[in-house]
Amino acid sequence: MLSKDLLVVGAGPAGLATAIQAAKNGVKDITVVDLNMKPGGQLFKQIHKFFGSHEHRAGIRGMDTGAAMLEEAQSLGVDIWLNSACVGFYDDKVACIEQGQPDGTKKIVFMKPKTIAICTGGQENVVRFTGWTTPGVMGAGAAQTMVNVNKVQPGKKIVMLGTGNVGLIVSYQLMQSGCDVVCLVEALPGINGYGVHASKISRAGVPIYTKHTIKEVKGNGPNGRVSEVTIVEIDPKFNHIPGTEKTFEADTVTLAAGLKPVSDLVKLQDIDLVFNGPFGGWVPVHNEKMQSTCKGIYVAGDTTGVEEANTALEEGNVAGVSIAEELGCITAAEADAKRKEIWERLDGLRMGPFGERRAAAKKEVMEQFPGVRA
Amino acid sequence: MCMRVTDHCILGQDLNPKMIEITVDGQKIPAKEGEPILAALLAQDIIVNRYTVKRNEPRGLFCGIGQCTDCAMVVDGRANVRTCITPAAEGMIVETQYGYGGADDVK
Repeated sequence: MLSKDLLVVGAGPAGLATAIQAAKNGVKDITVVDLNMKPGGQLFKQIHKFFGSHEHRAGIRGMDTGAAMLEEAQSLGVDIWLNSACVGFYDDKVACIEQGQPDGTKKIVFMKPKTIAICTGGQENVVRFTGWTTPGVMGAGAAQTMVNVNKVQPGKKIVMLGTGNVGLIVSYQLMQSGCDVVCLVEALPGINGYGVHASKISRAGVPIYTKHTIKEVKGNGPNGRVSEVTIVEIDPKFNHIPGTEKTFEADTVTLAAGLKPVSDLVKLQDIDLVFNGPFGGWVPVHNEKMQSTCKGIYVAGDTTGVEEANTALEEGNVAGVSIAEELGCITAAEADAKRKEIWERLDGLRMGPFGERRAAAKKEVMEQFPGVRA
Repeated sequence: MCMRVTDHCILGQDLNPKMIEITVDGQKIPAKEGEPILAALLAQDIIVNRYTVKRNEPRGLFCGIGQCTDCAMVVDGRANVRTCITPAAEGMIVETQYGYGGADDVK
């Protein structure tokens, strides 16, 4: 059995920041596991420039932030295991890890870390309509991974469901890679993301149908692939209005209907969870140190409520500082001072019409923290 | 139909990627070394990865990040390999998966 000071599950912005911050504050033996071929989580598919202030890397593309974090983690001696998944926990917080081997096979490894950070991120929501399992219907994030990371088009003619920032940005990025976006479809009465992104779509002449949803997808293409998409207008109670159907020829449907926190590992431990609507589902209750209710286990990033990359990164910074404190690498006073600084930045990220909702949700989750159990 | 994006306005051009060959259902196709198997298939417009256990329905790329298992295929004789997070390697034998991908699963 391996013993470690810190096991981080997930090498996205939250997990990498946790590892970097812990290492910078004196934590020695750190392992990060990630089931993907490359670390960085979803940062590498975010080829657009981020908004916000200078200290939050405004104007820098997500993929460049990912590369910088990776380099920093490696220079600090953080051990990153790729193609590796933490598949469960045994008593006494022993982690069971399926470790990827260089030859492509997997080996089961047991690890007893002094502290654990669960940074497993989020997962796309699914929308069910007739034909939703047809090949060619996929998550907007899946399409984004294909064009921006693998540089392969997921299809030629695409219908996007959802006009939140993911729906808008991915639509634009699909166009940048030469795909034809047929239209965007939104159930709400108005566009759900930032106007600046929606304007780019409109300027390109792509229609956005609000108060509409997908009624049916037909799979009469080659090998049963998507061939046509029928959308329909909906009333304020989201019921279809008969006679308002429109049908488009398309080979791909991308779903951008929000994300939910991935909390599978959290549920395996003695950790309290709470349902939070704005955060997308069940999230672990935690305090301002990013401590869960189970001693030695920390949480950060979208696992604790779906937000965005910079927030995840700053939460990881908080977790890293707190872990260094728990392991006695820094004093409580030092940790408090560092956390105060990071929280000021986090508060800065949770401003504006979208941010205030998230700030309130975060407060609600933290208010329910009953304390840490041994 | 090749669906690769060779000249991207932000990501630039793909200069001399190392190309390899993999075999998919008996047919040789090109792949970029190290790219996910799924990307190589998509580049050739191959969208179906498996057929479901009960209803024999086609499934393909859905989450693209190793979460949903819709892209599972039989790779070098091993069933249930998530092709979206498994790198392509020279000479790999990739087969469409039927049901659980075992010898008894009917095509």
